[in-house]
Amino acid sequence: MGTGLHLAAALEGTGWHPGGPGDPARFTPDYWVDLVREAERGLLDFVTFEDGLGRTGRLDSVLVASRVAPLTTHIGLVPSVVATFTEPFHLSKAIATLDYVSAGRAGVRVRGSFSAEDARHFGRRSFPDVPGEELLADLVEETADYVEVLRRLWDSWEDDAEIRDVATGRFIDRDKLHYVDFRGRWFSVKGPSITPRPPQGAPPVAVLSHSPRIHDLARRQADIVFSTPHDVAEVRAAAAELGGLRHFADIVVFLGGDRDAADVTSDAHVFTGTASELADLLVAWHAAGVDGFRLRPAVLPDDLVAITGELVPELQRRGAFRTEYGATTLRGHLGLPRPANRYAAV
Amino acid sequence: MVKQIHLAAHFPGVNNTTVWSDPRAGSHIEFSSFVHFAQTAERAKFDFFFLAEGLRLREQNGLIYDLDVVGRPDTFTVLAGLAAVTTHLGLAGTINSTFNEPFEVARQFTSLDHLSGGRAGWNVVTSWDAFTGENFRRGGYLPEEQRYERARKFLDAATVLFDSWRQDGDFSYQDEFFDISGRFDLPRSPQGRPVILQAGDSSEGREFAAAKADAIFSRHAGLADGQAFYRDVKGRLAKYGRSPDQLKVLPAATFVLAGTDAEAQERAHEVRRQQVSGQTAIKFLEQLWNRDLSAYDPDGPLPEIDPLVGENTIARGRASVRSHRDPVATAREWRELAAAKKLSIRELIIEKTARQTFIGSPSSVATQINDLVQADASDGFILVPHVTPGGFDEFADAVVPLLQERGVFRTEYTGPTLRDHLGLA
Repeated sequence: MGTGLHLAAALEGTGWHPGGPGDPARFTPDYWVDLVREAERGLLDFVTFEDGLGRTGRLDSVLVASRVAPLTTHIGLVPSVVATFTEPFHLSKAIATLDYVSAGRAGVRVRGSFSAEDARHFGRRSFPDVPGEELLADLVEETADYVEVLRRLWDSWEDDAEIRDVATGRFIDRDKLHYVDFRGRWFSVKGPSITPRPPQGAPPVAVLSHSPRIHDLARRQADIVFSTPHDVAEVRAAAAELGGLRHFADIVVFLGGDRDAADVTSDAHVFTGTASELADLLVAWHAAGVDGFRLRPAVLPDDLVAITGELVPELQRRGAFRTEYGATTLRGHLGLPRPANRYAAV
Repeated sequence: MVKQIHLAAHFPGVNNTTVWSDPRAGSHIEFSSFVHFAQTAERAKFDFFFLAEGLRLREQNGLIYDLDVVGRPDTFTVLAGLAAVTTHLGLAGTINSTFNEPFEVARQFTSLDHLSGGRAGWNVVTSWDAFTGENFRRGGYLPEEQRYERARKFLDAATVLFDSWRQDGDFSYQDEFFDISGRFDLPRSPQGRPVILQAGDSSEGREFAAAKADAIFSRHAGLADGQAFYRDVKGRLAKYGRSPDQLKVLPAATFVLAGTDAEAQERAHEVRRQQVSGQTAIKFLEQLWNRDLSAYDPDGPLPEIDPLVGENTIARGRASVRSHRDPVATAREWRELAAAKKLSIRELIIEKTARQTFIGSPSSVATQINDLVQADASDGFILVPHVTPGGFDEFADAVVPLLQERGVFRTEYTGPTLRDHLGLA
């Protein structure tokens, strides 16, 4: 995937700082359009939109991504979805459609939820307040099944299924549409999708992993993995585990200078300092084996503007980051080829 | 007082109304088609864009149906994208109440309403059948007789969520279908709730609309049948404490325009022949007969054998087959009509299924639309053109200005929300 490093921004509410109530502007479309355009000015590979089904105070991330898509041109758009309570059939066509709306820039981050609160919002299952080992293992399996169904449904139309053959009166060649016939412990899905195969064939699937169990899920079903190393040794260890995936290390970023980040607790490394110091760290970690970084701006838009306005030029000066987009799709930015269709006759 | 007309632009769907073989026909999936279509509707000051949904590809004779357009995008995702390229147009779509859960749908509509500045509309449908259920976690779990009950309760639950900002998002809702509680953590959206649309024609469907909906679609676009439907549904409102203007009646309608009425008639005839090929005519006949009729000649007479009565097994994923309530009587009526007018199978199907609602010069069509609205056969129309995505261009340029000249259609949007456009409080 080239010699340079890859950069993404994780967009969360008004930032990842544990501050008080966020700015209500985050419920307006222009807030998101401005942020993603800023990230695109910085030539980032993609942005992720945090989301969940609990007490999140967030707009639906798939819809936010689609709202932004027509007003941007290059940057990848990766919403977050919870597999546990939702329908893989709906989500598959939603991400396929996002790929059409964005002309090949969709991805999706998938995760399970063991939250008893989330479960009460749906009322179909109940989870204990403290999940047991068996439930956690099951949720991983269910998430793996879910991604399997997403992928099968994306492939359920061959690329040339729509023929519009006036002579025979046929709009499609039905031999190029396929039942996916998935049968699992949590759901069965017949298919085909109602939506044709998306422009990228399969939009990249991302997983955030903190544990061997999720590393395993990522190896089985993901294209992109986000990990949370805290030093070079942890970067090397994670990279050894996650070879073959596009591996991004998550870092919470305070570039504002004098902000006190001492009280910030995060699963990810918390960086405070200057853009130049952050560039040092990214270059070192990249050399240690990670492909790129998903930066979590602590304060929006300030820390994102610092990333695009200070960090990116610093990395470019060092020859460590692109100076223009070389592709128009998310797969293109990541150096992932368009996959063959599993159902197509060779 | 002269009534103001409401118009919606229905994106052409996956049935034979849509003529995909027309040389001007574009993609039904590429976003650029949706942009063209929606921006034309907005230029014409339409009330809203409408996108339908079907959650399983149709089959006939056990095979995926291949004669019509196949394939649709995800409703929410397209509507959110269109919010970026329009400023006033309402954005409405079908979302199923059987194969979804209220928390997620309420969150999606509240998000869409925020992201569009108050332009979201929800056509609430039910599809209980096991055929569609094979694509979802719960399968075909819902008995047909409970489908409206579930739709009503789904909407009740969603409404509790839409209104939960009054209690800082805390909600709790229980009935025989749902048992949910927690915190709906989004602020009130610009419209508070999406505009609710409903399309059922049965007595149950009409009752559901009278109780819950802001607008009802219908198939009754003629004068007499339109007036009868209009009286019927408006008459049901009082018992729910609602006034007649709180439910808009919007029949689905098609149109064919040309320079003169005679040219339009000729063009309409040609469009009908494009919509109903010989193959399509046989498929339509099979849907009523519930039998394989592939051996019949579409240019020949109707079958003498009677339809198979009972569950329709020949066509699946197609709601229209359920409207054939007494197939044997309908077949007899079709045979009599064909004999009297000397119609072949194809000509009969054209006659019964493909006649356009409005045919004529722009001036004639404007008059036809306005006369029906002023005569209380409707409050306006959901118009579906037969070509994607340019099928509205001519209507926007030629018919809308005439309606505006007559003072029966807006020349500018008077408010930002779909509720404003529909004159709903």
